[in-house]
Amino acid sequence: MALPQVKVDATDARVADLSLVETGWTAAARKNALSRLREMGLPHRRDEYWKYTRPDTLVQPEAPAAAKFDPQEPPIFSEMDRLRIVFVDGVFDPEASDDLTLEDVRIDRLAEANSDIHWARDLYGALEAEGQEPVERPLATLNTAFATDGVLIHVTGKPSKPISLIYYHQATSSDAVLHHVIKLDAGTEFTLLENGPAAARFNKVMEVEVADRATFHHVRAQGRDHERRAATHIFARLGAESTFKSFTLTANGVLTRNECVIELTGDDAVAHVAGACVGDGDFHHDDTVFVTHDALRCESRQVFKKVLRNGATGVFQGKILVKEGAQKTDGYQISQSLLLDDDSQFLAKPELEIYADDVACSHGSTSGAIDETALFYLRSRGVPHAEATNLLTLAFLAEAVEEIEDENLRDEIVSRLEAWLTRHQS
Amino acid sequence: MLNIKNLHVKLEEEDKQILKGVDLSVEAGKVHAIMGPNGSGKSTLSYVLSGREGYEVTDGTAHLGDVDLLELEPEERSAEGLFLAFQYPVEIPGVGNMTFMRTALNAQRKARDEEELSAADFLKLVRARAKDLKIDADMLKRPVNVGFSGGEKKRNEILQMAILEPKMCILDETDSGLDVDAMKLVSEGVNALRDTGRGFLVITHYQRLLDHIKPDVVHIMADGRIVKTGGPDLALEVENNGYADILAEVA
Ligand SMILES: Nc1ncnc2c1ncn2[C@@H]1O[C@H](COP(=O)(O)OP(=O)(O)O)[C@@H](O)[C@H]1O
Ligand SMILES: [Mg+2]
Repeated sequence: MALPQVKVDATDARVADLSLVETGWTAAARKNALSRLREMGLPHRRDEYWKYTRPDTLVQPEAPAAAKFDPQEPPIFSEMDRLRIVFVDGVFDPEASDDLTLEDVRIDRLAEANSDIHWARDLYGALEAEGQEPVERPLATLNTAFATDGVLIHVTGKPSKPISLIYYHQATSSDAVLHHVIKLDAGTEFTLLENGPAAARFNKVMEVEVADRATFHHVRAQGRDHERRAATHIFARLGAESTFKSFTLTANGVLTRNECVIELTGDDAVAHVAGACVGDGDFHHDDTVFVTHDALRCESRQVFKKVLRNGATGVFQGKILVKEGAQKTDGYQISQSLLLDDDSQFLAKPELEIYADDVACSHGSTSGAIDETALFYLRSRGVPHAEATNLLTLAFLAEAVEEIEDENLRDEIVSRLEAWLTRHQS
Repeated sequence: MLNIKNLHVKLEEEDKQILKGVDLSVEAGKVHAIMGPNGSGKSTLSYVLSGREGYEVTDGTAHLGDVDLLELEPEERSAEGLFLAFQYPVEIPGVGNMTFMRTALNAQRKARDEEELSAADFLKLVRARAKDLKIDADMLKRPVNVGFSGGEKKRNEILQMAILEPKMCILDETDSGLDVDAMKLVSEGVNALRDTGRGFLVITHYQRLLDHIKPDVVHIMADGRIVKTGGPDLALEVENNGYADILAEVA
C-alpha cells in the first residue's frame, strides 16, 4: 500500500535537516530505521492510533516554542544517593554529571560509543523495531535513526545506588532526541530514575532488556514545565522470572504521549506499569500501553490514574494481548480519571485480545468526580474543603503510586503530588 | 448549648418540606434523645445542623452557644465543637484511618489557634482512646471504615468523638446494626464522655440504646416536628406502645 502523500511530505520535511550518523556500531540500525520510517511515515491525525491525541506538533520539523519554567523547589530525588547524568536540552552536561563509573554496571554515552563493536549493538533499535507490530510507532523509529545521544547501561550485578537521568529544559525551542539502552544480565537488580522536562520538545526512546530473574525498577517524573511537549517510548523484553516495574508522574505539560510496549517472553515474568498524572488547564496527557503475554504464568498490571481540571484532557489506550499458549496469564488493567470540573475530559480505549483459554484478565475504566459524601464526612470532622479534596484526590491516585516499591521514592512522589494539589486548588 | 428555633427545611432540588418548625434546646451537661418513626426527619435535622449540602433552610435558626451554625461551613461548625456520629459512616478507600483522624484533629486545633499535636502525642492519644473501645491497631491502619463491620464503623465514630472532644455531640442511630456487646462498648464510650460542659443529642428509633445511655429529656419527632417532649419514661412508653398512640394523642 502506497503511503499517502501527506505522510511522505511530513516525513520528508521532518528529516530534511537531520543528519544520519554513518559510522560506528549504530550506523546500520540507524539506516535501517530511516528506511522503515519512510515506509510507515510519521503519524497523522487521521491515524486510528492517534485518534485522541493530535500528533501534529510532535511531527512538525520545528519544535514549537515552550517557555522554560523555574520551579521554586529543588528537583525531585535531589536528596537521594544516586549517580547523576545530566542533559540540558538533550545535550550531556559533564560538569553537572557524576563520574560515569559505578560498580556492577557499565555506563556509556551513545554519542561517545563510537567503536565498531559495542554490547548494545544487538539491542539498539532492535526492541523498537520489534515493537512496531501490530501497531506502528514511527516517532520511536525516527528516534532510532536520529538520536543525538543517550545512555547505554549494562547491569552486571546489583549496583549500590540508582542511576538518575536528569533533564533540564533551557532554550525556548529546543528539540531533544535521546535514546537509551538498558540491559540487565540474569539475576541482577537495578533502579533507574528520570526527572525533568528535557526540552521544549522531547522525543525519547528507552529499550530495556531484562534477562532471567533480573529486576528493573523505573521511576520518572516529567518535570513541571507547562508548555513542553514529549513523546516517549519504553520498549521492554522480559525473560523468565524477571520483574519490570515502571512508574511515571506527570504534572503539567501541554502535550505528553507516553507509550510503553512490553513483551513477556519468559515464563513467570512480572511487569507492572503505572502512571499518575495531574493536569490543570492546557494539558493533554496520553498513556498508550501494549503488553504482550507470550509465556506461561506471567503477570502484568497497568494502573493509570489521572486528575484533570480546567479543561485538561486525559487519554488512555491500553491493551493486553495474550498469545496462544500463554496459559495461566494474570493480566490486570485499570485506567481512571478524576474530573474536578465539567470542562475536563477523559478518553479511554481499554482492550483485551486473548488467544489462550486458561487465563485471568480483567480491565476497567472509569471517570468520575469527587465523592461528595466522603467530602462531607471529612469536612464534618473539621477538615477544610480544600484539604479534604486533596486527601480524596491523593487517595484516588494511591493505587498507582503504590506500584512504586521503594518507600522513599514513593514518599517523594506523594510529596510532589501534594505540593501540586496545594498549588492548584480551587 | 444547642438552640434550635422554628427550623424549617426543604430539599434544595425538590419542592419537599422535611422539617416543619423544629424547636429544641440542649443544655450543657444534658443528654437529649430524639425518637420517631422512620422518615420523620431525624437524620435531616442532624445533617442540616452539620451543614450537609442539598438542604435549604427556609425559616428558623440554629445556634451553638452564641454561634450561628447556619452561617458556617461544615468544617467551621466542627471546629466550633459540633460533632455528628453518622447513621451510615462513610468508607473512604485510600485514606488511612490514622491520617484522617490526625488531619481532622490538627485542622480543628489550627482553626482554634491551638498548636498542632505532634505525631507521637497523637499516637499516644489515639492508643489510649482506642483501647477503651477495643479498637485494634489493624483498624487504625486500614483506610477509613473500609472493610469494617457495622459495629466497627460505629465504634470508629465514637473513637473520633473521643479524640476530637466536641462540645455538642449528635449521634444518629448509633445503635443500628449493633449487637449487644458492641452496643455496650459504644454506650460506655459515650458515657465516658458525659461531662458538665458537653451536650448530647441521641437520635434513635428504638428505646434499647437509651437503657445504656440514660437521657435527661426525650423528644418525639413526627413529620418534621417535635410533637412531644418528656422525661426518660417517654422512651419506655414508645417501647411498650409504639408510636401510634403518641401520634394519635397529639394529632
Ligand atoms: N436528600 C434527600 N433526597 C430525597 N429525600 C430526602 C432526602 N433527605 C431526606 N429525604 C426525605 O426526607 C424525609 C426524612 O428523612 P430522614 O431525615 O432521613 O428521616 P429519619 O432519619 O427520621 O428516618 C424522608 O421522607 C426522606 O425520604
Ligand atoms: Mg435516619
